[in-house]
Amino acid sequence: MNISIEYYLILSAFMFVVGVAGVLTRRNAIIVFMSVELMLNSANLTLVSFSSFMGNSVGQLFVFFVMAVAAAEAAVGLAIIIAMFRNKLTLNIDEINILKW
Amino acid sequence: MIQLIYLTVLLPFAGFLFNGLLGSKIKNEKVIGIIGSSTIGISFLIAIGAFFQTLSLPAEQRQTIVNLFTWLSAGGLHINVAYQVDQLSLTMAMIVTGVGFIIHVYSIGYMHGDKGFWRFFSYLNLFIFAMMNLVLSDNFVLMFLGWEGVGLCSYLLIGFWYDRKFEKGTTSDAAKKAFIVNRIGDFGFLLGLFVIYLTFGSLNFNDVFNKAAALNIPTSTFNFIALFLFIGATGKSAQIPLYIWLPDAMAGPTPVSALIHAATMVTAGVYMVARCSIIYASAPTILSIVAVVGALTALFAATIGLVQNDIKKVLAYSTVSQLGYMFLALGVGAFSAGIFHVMTHAFFKALLFLGAGSIIHAMHDEQDIRNYGGLKKYMPITFLTFLAASLAISGIPPFAGFFSKDEIIWDSFKNGNFILWLIGAVTAMMTAFYIFRLVYLTFYGKERFGHDKHPHESPKVMSIPLVILGILSTIGGFIGIPALFAGEGGNQFENWLKPVFAPAQLKLISFNSYGSSLEVSFMLITLAGAVVAIWFARYLYLKNLSLAHSFSQKFKGLYNLLLNKYFVDEVYDAAIVTPLIVSSEKFLWKIADNKIIDGTVNGTANLINLISKGIRKIQTGVVQFYALVMVLGIVIALFWIILSF
Amino acid sequence: MGNNYLVSYVLFTPLIGAIILLFFGKNKDNIVRYFGLAVSVVTFVLSLFLYAGFDLSKGPFQFIQKFNWIENLHISYSVGIDGISLLLVLLTTFITPLALLSSWKSIDKKVKEFTFFMLLLEVGMIGVFVSLDLFLFYVFWEAMLIPMYFIIGIWGGEGRIYASVKFFLYTMFGSLLMLVAIVWLAVYASSSLGHFSTDLIELYSVGPTIKSNIQNWMFLAFAFSFAIKVPLFPLHTWLPDAHVQAPTAGSVILAGVLLKMGTYGLLRFCLPLFPQATLLFAPYISVLAIIGIIYGALVAMVQKDMKKLVAYSSVAHLGFVVLGIFALTQESMQGAVIQMINHGLSTGALFLLVGVLYERTHTREISYYGGIAKIVPVYVTFLLIASLSSIGLPGLNGFVGEFLILIGSFKSPVLNSWWFASVAASGVIFAAVYLLWMYQRVVFGEVRNQKLNELKDLNKRELLVLIPIFIFIVWIGVYPSTFLNVSKKSSNEVIEKVLPQNMIGMK
Repeated sequence: MNISIEYYLILSAFMFVVGVAGVLTRRNAIIVFMSVELMLNSANLTLVSFSSFMGNSVGQLFVFFVMAVAAAEAAVGLAIIIAMFRNKLTLNIDEINILKW
Repeated sequence: MIQLIYLTVLLPFAGFLFNGLLGSKIKNEKVIGIIGSSTIGISFLIAIGAFFQTLSLPAEQRQTIVNLFTWLSAGGLHINVAYQVDQLSLTMAMIVTGVGFIIHVYSIGYMHGDKGFWRFFSYLNLFIFAMMNLVLSDNFVLMFLGWEGVGLCSYLLIGFWYDRKFEKGTTSDAAKKAFIVNRIGDFGFLLGLFVIYLTFGSLNFNDVFNKAAALNIPTSTFNFIALFLFIGATGKSAQIPLYIWLPDAMAGPTPVSALIHAATMVTAGVYMVARCSIIYASAPTILSIVAVVGALTALFAATIGLVQNDIKKVLAYSTVSQLGYMFLALGVGAFSAGIFHVMTHAFFKALLFLGAGSIIHAMHDEQDIRNYGGLKKYMPITFLTFLAASLAISGIPPFAGFFSKDEIIWDSFKNGNFILWLIGAVTAMMTAFYIFRLVYLTFYGKERFGHDKHPHESPKVMSIPLVILGILSTIGGFIGIPALFAGEGGNQFENWLKPVFAPAQLKLISFNSYGSSLEVSFMLITLAGAVVAIWFARYLYLKNLSLAHSFSQKFKGLYNLLLNKYFVDEVYDAAIVTPLIVSSEKFLWKIADNKIIDGTVNGTANLINLISKGIRKIQTGVVQFYALVMVLGIVIALFWIILSF
Repeated sequence: MGNNYLVSYVLFTPLIGAIILLFFGKNKDNIVRYFGLAVSVVTFVLSLFLYAGFDLSKGPFQFIQKFNWIENLHISYSVGIDGISLLLVLLTTFITPLALLSSWKSIDKKVKEFTFFMLLLEVGMIGVFVSLDLFLFYVFWEAMLIPMYFIIGIWGGEGRIYASVKFFLYTMFGSLLMLVAIVWLAVYASSSLGHFSTDLIELYSVGPTIKSNIQNWMFLAFAFSFAIKVPLFPLHTWLPDAHVQAPTAGSVILAGVLLKMGTYGLLRFCLPLFPQATLLFAPYISVLAIIGIIYGALVAMVQKDMKKLVAYSSVAHLGFVVLGIFALTQESMQGAVIQMINHGLSTGALFLLVGVLYERTHTREISYYGGIAKIVPVYVTFLLIASLSSIGLPGLNGFVGEFLILIGSFKSPVLNSWWFASVAASGVIFAAVYLLWMYQRVVFGEVRNQKLNELKDLNKRELLVLIPIFIFIVWIGVYPSTFLNVSKKSSNEVIEKVLPQNMIGMK
């Protein structure tokens, strides 16, 4: 039985929204990163589902790019978080507002 | 000699430079004094030479222009440094250099020992330079240079003893007052010049006066010109309302008062009005104003002079009063009478001042006449010459003042009206009174000074000038003997000046001619009045001094009013000076400039600051806030795109 | 015409000198001073060559040099002089060495940077006066702001930061409006000339053709910027602060030359480029000028600081110049030009003299002084002559300018009323009041402060600075024809560009 594309897209959108909510509302920096990864993966899902339904592999190829970028970004971002933690001894991003006016 | 007339201007300037630059190095007073005086002496000789040369020319061709170089040239304005040698300017030039020379010689004695000796002579020479420019110039602008120049020298010389106190302030206050009041007059003078240029397209005397006589220019224009120029004259020649600087000018050394504030600078206004006779003749309303102002000033100043106790103040108010007479003369169209009085007044007033200087010198700087008395036995030459001058100013024949003053008083009746004559006659009586009050209180009676004062006659260098002026005050009037007595030829002085004033006389309405017996009777009336006044002064101040005191007690209010010169200075101060300074400081500076204008500028900066303070609150530093804003932005953008489909 | 490159030589000599200066090592103050002085004197001598080669009988620009700069926009490096700019260039190159000489002892830290900025300033000033291309003019106009900002900000008095920032922002604000107008004008020109052009001589033919509502806005944009610089009431409030806080040399240059750039701009750009707008706005601007004359004098009268008094007197004096410009008669225009030079000399002298006292006592409060006449007689003589020149005593330079301006304004057909000149003439009274009052309080009377007895009179260096200025003060007063003849034809050119033919007969 073939599942129509809407279900995949809705799932993807749902994941994306959860990710956005996580970025905007969670206090812990690591959790924020996880949410960002969630958003990236939802985008991946959308790409793959379209690739499958269109019949060409462009979407799937692009997923590789996204995954590479996500990995790089996670590495750099975690390094920044570690540096910040060493300075401020907290992962609560509400408290890291040095660039305030 | 006429062609060398510019030397009379240049030599004093050279004297100024020499004494000014080298004077402090030359320790010898004689050298400084001789250089300073001889420049004027030589100028006098040149002026005399030019006079005789001019006399040899036929009467209609007695004007020569000596052109030096182009001074200002722009647009239609062409002003040269050029000198006009004619009857009027030569008369003034001879008076200025002649009396000036005498006073320079006197100053060698008077200023002996003063550490600013060289400065004094340097300034005096600069003054003669400016005054000669004034009287010899052939155009209004060079005249204005002289006009302002004498104001400058007056400032420098009044404030000569710059570290001395004078009345409620300092000598520099008096000097500043003189300069600024003069400047107010100069403002009027400038306006007059502007209208002249606008109307006639030139500021050269001949251009303007010839066009004024020939062309048909509306009277209102002439009225403006005459009025504005007259305002300048009231400043320079100390008439109402700008006379207030002259009494204060007595802060300067006495030779300065004699030269500048009696004989020469203050007569500049008279000279100017006389020179512009054609303009005044074309503006009869203003001419009558000149006469009225002159008469009123004469009366007003004489009343103040009646009660002053400082010898120089009496003479100062007397000068203001006599200047009023000169303007009265001009105002009734008797131009040569006015100039005649300038000449005789120069003689006797300079003599009075120099005599006063002699007394002040002898009495060790005491100037209050209540502390004099009985000086005639100590200072006979001073006494005799002072007496001659007093007789002259009172109008007793055959002294000089009789002829000039009488002519004015008669002309004010003949060409003017009865009231002007009355004012002139009453003032003449007062003049005789106050001057002889001065004479009696100073030279006669009990000695009222302390034993520390040892009055003595002045040295020759001071007393010989007194004698010369005394002789001039005695016989100087004869060249102006009225036609009545002179026989054929008539009034020599008037004839000499007649061609200069002829165009003006043509424009003036011809006046009633009275019989000569009326003239003689008026002469006798004024003479009688003067004699009565002298007798009254003698009675009050020689015989019955206590009566004078009781008069001043009985009329205390009036006495105080006169003694305090009608409180005019105080009124001016309260009405004009203080409000101006206070409003400039409190309002213009502190409020308008600092708070309002600068406030706007700083306010703009503050406004921007305020806005920035508001806007920067967006920079919270919290990353999630930025993310939220980004998300919201994307959502809005998406909605927009979707909705536009 | 002579050597076309001469103007560029005059313009760039100080720049080359400034760049060479940067290579000097530290702690070589005296060498730096001598070098800077030498460069500025060389510039002055070069400008004398300009004077020598100048043809007095021609009105239009001479010594023109044009070099294509930005080809596509037709912006060129175009310089040249006429009578008016020649006088101003000479004034600039004359005052700069004197200013440098006067700061020999008073500037003792960062001397190299100071000299560097002064030379750059000189380049900017000369550039403004010789530019014949609007864009180039704008570059130089802005370029002189930066050295001035530093000079005031580093070597100035206590309130120097406020003063320099205020000066910079205020002037720049006006200039930005001018930039808008320049671009607008150049774009407009592209429709009639066929190409975008900022060349002044080409624009002279375009400007008068612009429609009046647009022309009015352009005129106002230019005039606003120049009015700030002049300074015209009520845009003058930067001046007291800038003048007072600047070091003596800075004040001398500021008053001596920088203020003239505003009036020069009015004369060179506003009037010929926008003649109809000029005729429309002339009465209003003249009213502002006259208010400036009276207001400046009255506020000067009540100042307690000598330098501020002289600063406000500049507002008053330049009011006369603006009046002379907008009266648009030959007499008043000549008077305005010569008064620009006169003001530079006499106010420059006054600032130098105040600076002499300040160097010795470190105060400019009038109440501190009194009775210095006996202590420093040579100084007070110079002070008197400078004050009299500022008052406008005939025989000195101030009178020539003021008289010509007033008499020209009186008969001006553009202003068409006696009131302008009459009210302005009353300014001569007030000038005497504030200057003589200051002079009296400082010079006469009793010595109010024992320390004053130790005052030393003018030394040789100070005399060397003052005497040339005073020679000109007397020369211009006694024989102004030397200078009036230089600007005569050029002033007439400006008037002819503004007045329609029917009015020229009345000038």
